[in-house]
Amino acid sequence: MNETPKPQRCCDGREPSAGRHADLRIHGEASGPSGSAGTPKSARAGDDTARGAAGDRRGFLFGAGAALMGIGGLLAAIPIVGTLFAPARRGNPMRWTDLGPVDQFPAGTTRLATFTSPNAAPTDGETARDACWVRSLGDDRFQVFYVNCAHLGCPVRWFEQSRLFMCPCHGGVYYEDGSRASGPPPRGLFTHQWRVTNGRLEILAGLLPGLEEKT
Amino acid sequence: MGLLRRIRTWFEDRSGASALIGPVMTHRVPRSAKWWYVFGSATLMFFLIQIATGIMLATLYVPSAAEAYDSLRYIDEEVPFGWMVRAIHGWSSNAMVLMMLVHLSQVFLHGAYKYPRELTWMVGVLLMVCTLALAFTGQVMRFDQDAYWGLGIGASIVDRVPVFGNELRAIMLGGPIIAGATLSRFFALHVFVLPGLTIVLVGLHMMLILRHGISEMPKPGEVVDPATYKPAYEERIHRTGVPFFPDAARRDMVFCGLALLVMLGLAAWFGPFGPGGVPDPTIIDTNPRPDFFFLWIFAALALLPPAVETPLLIIGPPVLLLAMLLIPIMASRGERAPSRRPLVVVLFAVIVTGLVTLSWLGVTSPWSPQMDGWTSAPVPAEFVRGRTPLELQGATMIQFAQCRNCHSLGGLGGERGPALDRVATRLSWDQLVRQVQQGGGNMPAYGKTLTSAQTEAIVAFLATLRPDHVPASEIPGALEVSPGRDQPPMATPDAPEPARGFQ
Repeated sequence: MNETPKPQRCCDGREPSAGRHADLRIHGEASGPSGSAGTPKSARAGDDTARGAAGDRRGFLFGAGAALMGIGGLLAAIPIVGTLFAPARRGNPMRWTDLGPVDQFPAGTTRLATFTSPNAAPTDGETARDACWVRSLGDDRFQVFYVNCAHLGCPVRWFEQSRLFMCPCHGGVYYEDGSRASGPPPRGLFTHQWRVTNGRLEILAGLLPGLEEKT
Repeated sequence: MGLLRRIRTWFEDRSGASALIGPVMTHRVPRSAKWWYVFGSATLMFFLIQIATGIMLATLYVPSAAEAYDSLRYIDEEVPFGWMVRAIHGWSSNAMVLMMLVHLSQVFLHGAYKYPRELTWMVGVLLMVCTLALAFTGQVMRFDQDAYWGLGIGASIVDRVPVFGNELRAIMLGGPIIAGATLSRFFALHVFVLPGLTIVLVGLHMMLILRHGISEMPKPGEVVDPATYKPAYEERIHRTGVPFFPDAARRDMVFCGLALLVMLGLAAWFGPFGPGGVPDPTIIDTNPRPDFFFLWIFAALALLPPAVETPLLIIGPPVLLLAMLLIPIMASRGERAPSRRPLVVVLFAVIVTGLVTLSWLGVTSPWSPQMDGWTSAPVPAEFVRGRTPLELQGATMIQFAQCRNCHSLGGLGGERGPALDRVATRLSWDQLVRQVQQGGGNMPAYGKTLTSAQTEAIVAFLATLRPDHVPASEIPGALEVSPGRDQPPMATPDAPEPARGFQ
């Protein structure tokens, strides 16, 4: 903005004042119906101080607005971003889950056991269910494998006769002890921790297996 | 008539519509823009159909893991026109991906991304990402076994990201397992986030097209030079260009109309896609496959060497995206004609051949064991005729031990391992024994599973698998290939021993 008012002819033949704000005010007053609310002269006299105060006020309002919007935006963002990221920071989702009495798993067999995920929500429907392969070694000793292939998570199938697990997606094959036999998997089958309580087999379940897992 | 005109004049005066739309409709386009230029419009048309059918589906579909599957069946079987709306949404999505790819190829081959249309290309690349993301999330909406295990594959890939893998996977799935929260997240993406983003980007894409005009057909020798291009283009377009509407729009309309009819015909004839089996993770008797535009990734995941798989999966997509975004920056000037850009043409041919080959491999997926091969693929009669009892025992054992899930005989059975039709011409008795017992070359070892008698029977049978099988004793020493003999032909001409390539 111009700081020094330069006298010049304006469109309506009157001397304009310097600032656009003051200019508008003069025009408004001159063309107003009463025309008695003040004179251009008095407006010009208080020009610098008025402009300074107005500028301060405008700057303050802008700053206050930005601050209020910023604070409000941040506050609103907490639940929005929080909802997005909430699943990442739940505690350990693993829970001991019952697979049924141990005599369902005779020694020397490998059987599919099904259970409901301990983290199931009411609206999960069939997806709340889960399965695992239980290999019974006798004397209450077991190996419990995730059904998910260690390559990319497709469900592996057990073949009793050749004692192999085979994956239908990319051809991963595992031996009966879960170790990798062939195909793209970088490791053997993931295993569940298990325990026998009161004659029932329980496993730690509740999370899709991933390569980070130690077991 | 007078009233209608008055209404029109009133509307025109208050809205300024024709001042807004007129220049857009009649902007001048090069006269040379002919049938090559219809694919972008077709992509947009199919996107509009996706919006319309998508809104209708949203009024019927229940995005809850407990009810999504049943609601799909209900839409297909009970709701009037329901199956057709699903069919159009599915086929139109395929058509949209296809048209987008053709449009992208045309722009790439004709160098239309060069100055001053770099940003138009970049927005187009983002639109490609949106389109593919819409396709993937759409496959999840069809909440069946393919959707469930497809999410599982996606989750396993995300999980491989270093340090944050577990957290990213949880954010993607909305929890520790694939369940209701997962479907809801993908529903929000598919129905709100991605379409909104796509609409904004389409607007930007169109704005940029109007700003820079569409490119002319490339002519060899017509070099793009940022110093002179713009005024020369504007002069040419002013002198020889034609208004988009109706001159160029005619071709767009004809092509879009035909494409629309073909798509509707396919939808009416073939019906909706899926849903396949119930998304119940305890049903492991399943054979998950992605939709066709992701089959190449599915194939690559089976063929990549394990050592490079994780780095490629994580670094590959962002690098690829960045490379595509930067193409017009790296090559913003110069020739546009394909005949003067042989490297670009070769690159394009290699990419297309690679994608088509991988997709085809994804369809046949020879690396996957044929899970019912051992029960559904009998030993052909000519392979048992005249065999001794021990050899016949071996033929039985080969079925029983699921060898046929990976090995074919007479063209029947899995393709993961080599066909066994003439295996005795490649391996001696001892080599056969070793191969069965110790495995190797991507075959599991059967030493602990089979008794020595079973192994002997299997090898006795395998040793007969050579042309005009002659008793082993007549070949001194072993069954090695005699040096002069030609390599035996493959079992089936169109299925050449795949296992060799996958070792």
